[in-house]
Amino acid sequence: MTPPPIEFLLYGGALALVALGLAGLVMARHLFRSILALGILEAGANLLLVLAGYRAGGVAPILTPGTLGQPMVDPVPQALVLTAIVIGVGVQALALALALRVHQAYGTLDVAEVRGRMEADTDAAAGLEPETSRDLPAVERPS
Amino acid sequence: MRNLTTLLFAAGLGFLLLVLAAGLPYGHPPMLVGQGILQQAPATTGAANIVTSVVLAYRGLDTLGELSILFAAAAGAGLVLGGHRRRRRPDPDGGFILIAGADLMFPLLLVVGLYVILHGHLTPGGGFQGGVILAAAFFLPLLGRPREALDHTAISWIEGLAGAAFIAIGLWALFARGDFLAPMLGKGVLGQLFSAGTLPLLYAAVGLKVGAELSGLLADLAATEARDP
Amino acid sequence: MYWMVLLVLFVTITAALAVLLAPNLLAAVAASSVVSLALSVLFVILRAPDVALTEAAVGAGLSGVILALALRRLGLWGLGDDNRPAPAEGSGDA
Repeated sequence: MTPPPIEFLLYGGALALVALGLAGLVMARHLFRSILALGILEAGANLLLVLAGYRAGGVAPILTPGTLGQPMVDPVPQALVLTAIVIGVGVQALALALALRVHQAYGTLDVAEVRGRMEADTDAAAGLEPETSRDLPAVERPS
Repeated sequence: MRNLTTLLFAAGLGFLLLVLAAGLPYGHPPMLVGQGILQQAPATTGAANIVTSVVLAYRGLDTLGELSILFAAAAGAGLVLGGHRRRRRPDPDGGFILIAGADLMFPLLLVVGLYVILHGHLTPGGGFQGGVILAAAFFLPLLGRPREALDHTAISWIEGLAGAAFIAIGLWALFARGDFLAPMLGKGVLGQLFSAGTLPLLYAAVGLKVGAELSGLLADLAATEARDP
Repeated sequence: MYWMVLLVLFVTITAALAVLLAPNLLAAVAASSVVSLALSVLFVILRAPDVALTEAAVGAGLSGVILALALRRLGLWGLGDDNRPAPAEGSGDA
């Protein structure tokens, strides 16, 4: 059996990272872990972008006496990914700060529990009974 | 049950993506922009590192947007976290090894960070990477001596001045050459430290801004009361 | 080259699985740093040294520090089983 070609491995790895990140986002029961899964999804997307700019046999896009005149890999996706990585860490820091606030307000980071208590809070703020508001048709709700 | 369906969903999605990827080219990028930039960049900007030319010259406006996003994220995080600072109880000092190690590493990290920033147009690296290293350098002593807080006023001044310098260089180019952030000054000899016109200045501004922003963010995050362990 | 790519990809995917499945959140943060570090090796292989340097400094270094500091502030800094975040009864089998 011949080993799979290298591009299959690289694209497969990048897509596996994307799929794992998505699965983690959907599956996570803990807000902190969904932030981590977002990071994995982002890493997979970055790898995919850099792969799109790779040129077989090319050299890094930096001019030195040794690389003049040789084919180079595409620099534009690399610049994009550079931007994406730095923005990613900013987004992560903001998400963590918001998660810390949620933890301050509710004392837990369990996704289901936080959602339940948030809905109860909005119901209370709207003046609805906590339990009747969800299952009854809209016309029968106390207004 | 729910996990099983999610795993099935992820596997199906991965398979779908893999089928799509089978049609993607590998080793022959179909983009024409990259080819054009590779041919023109050395003559246009004079920077040996073509990624730097793309980041600061061809897509300089994007980099300004990136800096604004980073600033907004850091400011938002600082705003959300800042309320905690009043009733914090500083951590006790670190041990001797931590303090001595931090003191030993601080100048080394400072030099490495500045080197990476200033050689951004010649070698891999630049303002973003060097700025992160600078932030790490200023965060390290904070681990050993949590009582000595970072001077937030100085940090905001550095950050504001660096951001203003980036925009000022861009506006200068706008009035002198007609394009925002167009390459200015002499291009110099390709591969020397003083070359590539304004690009090293722009990267220095980016590095100072990123370093100040991130070290402020790290100090905000670290300034916490020691919760019951 | 081929076997190196295979090895690094193996490390990356394993660490990504560890991020999602490790019962302890501190271990998950460490594994996410490993993902970034392995990815930066891949970027070097793909002739993107700028991106590799950024990923190593930002992804493996700074992001790990930010996550760990947030974890400490959440009071979850420890080596126990963090899969049961709620004090209430919950089947934490994720």
